[in-house]
Amino acid sequence: MSLLDIFSSGDTRSLTMDEPHPSSLLDSGAQGVIGKPLPRVEGPLKVAGKATYAAEYPAENLAYGVLVRSTVSAGRIAAIHADEVQALPGVIAVVTDYDTFLRNAAQGGDTDAPVQGVEEIQYHGEIIAVVVAETFEIARDAAARLRVDYEPGEGRYDFERYRNEAERPPDSQVEAHSQQGDPDGAFAAAAVKVSAVYTTPSQNSAAMEPHASIAEWKEDGTLLLHGAYQMVASDQQQLADALGLKADQVRIISRYVGGGFGSKLGIAPESVAAAIAAKQLGRPVKIVMARQQVFDATVRRSNTEQHLKLGADADGRIVALIHDSLVSNLPDEDFFEPVGIGTHFAYAGENRRINHDVVRLNRTLSGSMRAPGEAVGQMALEAALDELAEATGVDPIELRRRNEPPQDPEKQIPFSSRALVPCMEKGAALFGWADRKAPGSDRRGEWLHGIGMAAAVRSNMLQKSAAQVTLTTDGRAIVETDMTDIGTGTYTILAQIAGETLGLPLDRVIVHLGDGKAPPAAGSGGSWGAASSGSSVYLACELVRERLAKKMGVDPAAMTLKDGRAIAENRAVDLTDLVDENIVVTGQIAPGKQEKLHTQASYGAHFCAVKVNAVTGEVRVERMLGVFAAGRVLNEQTARSQCLGGMTFGIGAALTEELVHDPRNGKIVNRDMAEYHLPVNADVPQLEVHFLPERDINANPIHAKGIGELGISGAGAAVANAIYNATGVRVRDYPITCDKLLAGLPD
Amino acid sequence: MKPFDYARADTVEAAVAGGGRFIAGGTNLLDLMKLQVETPEKLVDISRLDLNRIEERDDGGLTIGALVPNSDLAADPRVIERYEVLSRALLAGASGQLRNKATTGGNLLQRTRCYYFYDTAAACNKREPGSGCDAIGGFNRIHAILGTSEQCIATHPGDMPVAMRALDATIVTQKADGDKRRVPIGDFYRLPGDTPQIENVLEPGELITHVELPAPVANARHLYRKVRDRASYAFALVSVAGVVAVEDGRIAHAALAFGGLAHLPWRNPAVEQALVGQQPGTAAFEAAADALVEGARGFGHNNFKIPLVRRTLIASLRDLTGEASA
Repeated sequence: MSLLDIFSSGDTRSLTMDEPHPSSLLDSGAQGVIGKPLPRVEGPLKVAGKATYAAEYPAENLAYGVLVRSTVSAGRIAAIHADEVQALPGVIAVVTDYDTFLRNAAQGGDTDAPVQGVEEIQYHGEIIAVVVAETFEIARDAAARLRVDYEPGEGRYDFERYRNEAERPPDSQVEAHSQQGDPDGAFAAAAVKVSAVYTTPSQNSAAMEPHASIAEWKEDGTLLLHGAYQMVASDQQQLADALGLKADQVRIISRYVGGGFGSKLGIAPESVAAAIAAKQLGRPVKIVMARQQVFDATVRRSNTEQHLKLGADADGRIVALIHDSLVSNLPDEDFFEPVGIGTHFAYAGENRRINHDVVRLNRTLSGSMRAPGEAVGQMALEAALDELAEATGVDPIELRRRNEPPQDPEKQIPFSSRALVPCMEKGAALFGWADRKAPGSDRRGEWLHGIGMAAAVRSNMLQKSAAQVTLTTDGRAIVETDMTDIGTGTYTILAQIAGETLGLPLDRVIVHLGDGKAPPAAGSGGSWGAASSGSSVYLACELVRERLAKKMGVDPAAMTLKDGRAIAENRAVDLTDLVDENIVVTGQIAPGKQEKLHTQASYGAHFCAVKVNAVTGEVRVERMLGVFAAGRVLNEQTARSQCLGGMTFGIGAALTEELVHDPRNGKIVNRDMAEYHLPVNADVPQLEVHFLPERDINANPIHAKGIGELGISGAGAAVANAIYNATGVRVRDYPITCDKLLAGLPD
Repeated sequence: MKPFDYARADTVEAAVAGGGRFIAGGTNLLDLMKLQVETPEKLVDISRLDLNRIEERDDGGLTIGALVPNSDLAADPRVIERYEVLSRALLAGASGQLRNKATTGGNLLQRTRCYYFYDTAAACNKREPGSGCDAIGGFNRIHAILGTSEQCIATHPGDMPVAMRALDATIVTQKADGDKRRVPIGDFYRLPGDTPQIENVLEPGELITHVELPAPVANARHLYRKVRDRASYAFALVSVAGVVAVEDGRIAHAALAFGGLAHLPWRNPAVEQALVGQQPGTAAFEAAADALVEGARGFGHNNFKIPLVRRTLIASLRDLTGEASA
């Protein structure tokens, strides 16, 4: 039985996207709230400190847990000297459960527990125990003092050393290996060739809110866990499986989340540790991971080594496209960074190979971080396009135009919509692309100036999602779903969809999110959240409209809903008069044939101006502009914020962010915000975001596509290409820190 | 953080007799205590002491109380006018919030940002003498290229002390027995040698009460140039504090101190000797830069600091002397 079936009933409107959905109530609605740049509905709660995050829930008799890490990278725990700290005043217990503790965080969407068992150490920083005390400070002190003996073991830590032992991983959302035609032959015969190796380092999502759980066991043997999650329904399943419970014995509540970016898709070690400790001690236990633990023991984006080979004719038309990637992960983990995911359909070219191989290393788990695949893949692909433009003498935009595929170049099916060229053209005009000068030719004092561009492509996905909508007798709509808002604007856009379709001002729409007892939603991942959960709300509201029309005795199509009134056949009735008992319905959406019949993606174009100090190699981004087409924009303000955030991630990836592993033991060296360099305000100039109007009728009934990860896709490459234009120095090893530019700069 | 005793001192005498580690802004010490890199038995809170004034000296210099916050010192009109290098260095450091809390005395004693010093699971002779140095042979991009030892290659992370070194500041202290002494900043810090855990000449219980700045050099230009991995809130990869005066076409005075290069704010008389008396220009600047990096040694990831500081010094000297690119 699927999750959705649990909630099916006669009051349910279900839609599987087998057919296009050409009309949408959002285009015919009269309320006029959809698409508007409305501020977040929960914003006042957040700025007043009244939005309750995972670690902030009160619980009676709460005890505080602090996690203990392994300080070796491989081996086995020989002894944990719990007795030495147990005697400290205020310490309640040192809780261990070698078999049940999570060794790795879970991957997003899995319904089984991740790898459990911590007696064997697989990576430095693995969580092995939790110290529980009456206060956080006591627990932290005791955790730091806790002595652990290890039987040391051997591990694999150094990417360089083991790169030649890379293995082909199992296929996932993308095939590990794929090929069309004769890529090596076509490349060898090509008139113009670009062959370059790009590397990107490990990264961490570094969300502002660390991972946190409060575990509380109820008298009926069920577990209530307040946590910070992106996908509540599958997180409940993971947690239940880890603890040997049934899914309905675990309830996760995650109403507000302080950023996730993929790191909170699956459960992390603190959840199971809190649950076990709470069970053993018979009282609620709270665990908030320290920042260093978030770096060590949640999830990283894999480092990548990408060999791009582009073969083209003299006019720049690609005849061979090869994108071979090496990534890393722990032994036996199926996830691989899907580096070539966007390369499959970004550009034309008959002869293609996109391969991914994994180097098995004893480093922190790799998993999803904002735009897995595209974010790092396009930092290489779009830089290689820039190199091909240079090699052929064709303008970078014109080069991309010449390689625009009329349909999916591999699947040979149409694109549902594809506005890459219009995005580039609009961006070029707004940005002043025509002013671009020859590389290294624009020096003003100590500073070398340059501009660059890159395309953005991001696959669009629809996921099963359900929501319940109640139209109350007092004329309010209540939306309930376990969907999450990780800072993205979910509360607001769901309210806008309900408000538009039901003709209600937003103060009469109430949205409840993040409670695992509510109908299961797609969750916040893969940029599918808005379209998937939005469609479920839309479908429920469509059914509510039909009920109202029936009560009014009119055709739903002839009825207008606005400001709490139903208007049809020259009658206007207050909803409060029309609804004599609450209307409670559920909407559910599921992907169907449409995604097989069309390649669905969102597109964009980034433009960037930088200056590079000719003395020191320091880079300053001066200006950045993105034009995006992602179907219907549900809220121009929250959508814009998503793109701003993505572009900022791109600046970080291009210039500053690098999670450093010590090659001797794999441990993460820079485990705090002082030394893991996220871009600060001074690194991020005025960013400009523009949207092209678009509807995607093949995607879903609200015609929207994913936007959360579009802004990061290609953004870093635009920065890199601008640096090349400024300096004439091509750095292929990200991040482009000053030391890498130094040798190529003028004396 | 290990439990500790806490006492608040109302007078300098009580503070130095208190027998504990001093705490004022706590911007560095508290972080280190949370990680148990520092585990003091007792803290003596000196934040209420009457040491938060900036006063004129008879010789035209300034006396700065040890508790003057970084923000206030940077914004003091006398500092801006006479010691621009100091104001600029202060503003190049940390963040607005940290500068509001951090004090003059505390900032002189800021401890290294070496990753391995911060991680109690790593070997670090500075944190745990005799345990080894994981930075040598590890990731050492931010580490020292001058004055290193087999025991330690950490850098002093500060900006303010670099400017004070170029200004020939004097550090005024009071010892536990009540004796006061005045230590020129050039004698204050120690190279790591075999005892990297000992970073300066302060004795146990000795409190920094003031910093004295001598009268400013007449007609000098000031500069603080900091090269870092992001535009703000990052420690210096290299930094240059310079005070240079040119008279009659020749360099009459040159004081140059460097951050990010060594265990202490670096200053080498040979650099200045290569400049004083010379005509400003590429030849003199390169001679100074050669003198600076003579004997410099990289440890792999930080090799770039040698050419980087060379280039940064030459460009800084151009600015300090008004010589356009040669």
